[in-house]
Amino acid sequence: MERKPFRKLTEIAAPLRRLNVDTDAIIPGAQLLKVTKGGFGQGLFYNWRYKENGEEEPDFILNKAPYQHAKILLAGHNFACGSSREVAVWALRDYGFRCVIAPSFGNIFYSNALKNGFLPVVIAEDDVERISDEVEASQGAGKVTVDLEKCRVVSPGGCEYAFEVPENYRQAMLDALDPIAATLRFKDDIIAFQNRDRDRRSWAYFGPRKIDDDSFNMGDV
Amino acid sequence: MMGGETLLDKIWRDHVIRDFGDNTYLLHVDRAFLHELAAVAFESLKNARRPILSPELTFATVDHLLDTTPGRGDDTIIPNGKDFIQKLRAGARETGISFFDIDTAEQGIVHVIAPEQAVALPGTVFVCCDSHTSTIGGLGALAWGIGTTDIEHVMATGGIVQTKPQTMRVNFTGALPRGLTAKDLILHLIGEISADGGNGYAIEYAGPVIEQLGVEERLSICNMSIELSARLGLIAPDDVTYEYLAGRPYAPKGAQWDMALSYWRSLPSDPSAQYDRVIDIDCSVLTPQVTWGTSPEHVIGFHDHVPDPSQAETKREQASMSRALDYMELKPGMRIAGLPINAAFIGSCTNSRLSDLRAAAKVLEGRKIAEGVMAICSPGSAQTKRLAEAEGIDRIFKDAGFEWRESGCSLCMSGGAGGERFPDHARVVSSTNRNFEHRQGRNVKSHLASPETVAASAVAGRIAIAEHQ
Ligand code: SF4
Repeated sequence: MERKPFRKLTEIAAPLRRLNVDTDAIIPGAQLLKVTKGGFGQGLFYNWRYKENGEEEPDFILNKAPYQHAKILLAGHNFACGSSREVAVWALRDYGFRCVIAPSFGNIFYSNALKNGFLPVVIAEDDVERISDEVEASQGAGKVTVDLEKCRVVSPGGCEYAFEVPENYRQAMLDALDPIAATLRFKDDIIAFQNRDRDRRSWAYFGPRKIDDDSFNMGDV
Repeated sequence: MMGGETLLDKIWRDHVIRDFGDNTYLLHVDRAFLHELAAVAFESLKNARRPILSPELTFATVDHLLDTTPGRGDDTIIPNGKDFIQKLRAGARETGISFFDIDTAEQGIVHVIAPEQAVALPGTVFVCCDSHTSTIGGLGALAWGIGTTDIEHVMATGGIVQTKPQTMRVNFTGALPRGLTAKDLILHLIGEISADGGNGYAIEYAGPVIEQLGVEERLSICNMSIELSARLGLIAPDDVTYEYLAGRPYAPKGAQWDMALSYWRSLPSDPSAQYDRVIDIDCSVLTPQVTWGTSPEHVIGFHDHVPDPSQAETKREQASMSRALDYMELKPGMRIAGLPINAAFIGSCTNSRLSDLRAAAKVLEGRKIAEGVMAICSPGSAQTKRLAEAEGIDRIFKDAGFEWRESGCSLCMSGGAGGERFPDHARVVSSTNRNFEHRQGRNVKSHLASPETVAASAVAGRIAIAEHQ
């Protein structure tokens, strides 16, 4: 998946007023069966978006105008708790979201999101509510701004809320850097550590093999 | 820093490849374990022309999608399951990692087989692409679930970038009442501190009650750390751990074992170590636990009544409880005991080990499950199944009216295990870890409990506990 740099976006935001939304709700098990990293948008919130007979559920927020074009999700406390399935991030991303704003996140989801260049923004519960109220009052017309350079969320009415993101992830998102490439900048540290460790804790390895520069290149193994 | 080091501190410091500052580290990973849902990792790495740095430290099995009905093969009830299984197998062959395929003696739910085969060891950093990897902490390892992007990162670099979690210590004190199980302890804790109560923490479970538990029960406790939203759970290794591991297939042997042992003995937290949060749980007053709602925190003692949302502390909690009651078709004030059930399930990475099956068999011996109840047992691994059969446990289950399945995730997650699921709207008592809406089938109402309680309920046809409980 090609990474896009994330700097600043101003978009429609959908308030999903539910607590503890788990990863099963974000993408039910039956919707995650593809050996790829794309095309999961259809399965997003499947059991909420569709009725048992497969028809759209008209009351669900993402089935209402203009929220079906939302790129920002305003969520409740402990959003995306549950499993480590990274598909939860891909489903949100494939559907078209680029950012979720919530008072707290399931922590595996949180780090999966950052690694995929998908921004999880933590701001206080009351503030999420206030932004959601403003969005609803404007019937979705009022856009929300998320600025990763300044680490600020701006509500439709112009209120600003600061947020924090771990700096190494923020940089990687601004630069659209893939995490393996980022780590392999420290290849020498890895080689030194592992070769020392293979002597020190030999019981944790299976045999005396050492690693070197070539171990990171195709054709070595 | 004042005070000594915790178990977490010690394992952590011995794995730091690089300290990035702001509490973020590049850590060495000792073992990475994959299952078929992560099959895409192989393709992804290949496309990027990146080899697996240490194939000998990388393992894989099939558990999530494959069927658990006897005679199963690569075909799964769900159309694409086969794709995952075959891509995983192909990736494993091509890269030379250890692969525990369908119908091998080692196959099983990854969190069951990693300790069983001693692929997981105390003092190691262990990752797997599944949230319940926290299970492995029961051996005294740092183990947590990661996503596919991260597992690729581990395979390519041998390391993982992590922030160091805060530490919580939970002391289980007092004497454990008869018939109370590890499952009851962890469910009770979740009810006490909420499903968000461990958010971001590494939780060390300790105290006299933990010390008396066997390794399998410790694994069950650490398993549900994730239902507390904790990053991981862990328990200091001790002689019980070493006795369990000695001689298992991937455990160190001879001089290596002695070296490991002396290192492991240095790992338990120093008495002067400080934790960010400490919780004490008096176990002597506990009764068997059963969930009533759609979050593991919606849990009560067997003799208690379903709570009233109007008593909730916050409006939001109130709303969440009301929604749960609607979904579960329950009313405040009802007793959980005696609620009629349609189905019972014993399996999953929480409670499908030999000790769980033995405990359930004790309840089932000489009894029949109630008319109309669908009861299924899926042992956690091929080895567990074999050992159980050698003891005649399968006979007890079958004679009672249970279906005796192959090992896998099975009915823990509908749509996860080859599409196996309970009938729509069924009320199920389950030894699993998640009672989320639709988790075990469309509109299925899941009540989490210990294997003993599941077995007793299957016999009674309603939520019940065993006589000795
Ligand atoms: S048994 Fe259930 S909880 Fe455990 S790994 Fe399988 S699906 Fe996940």
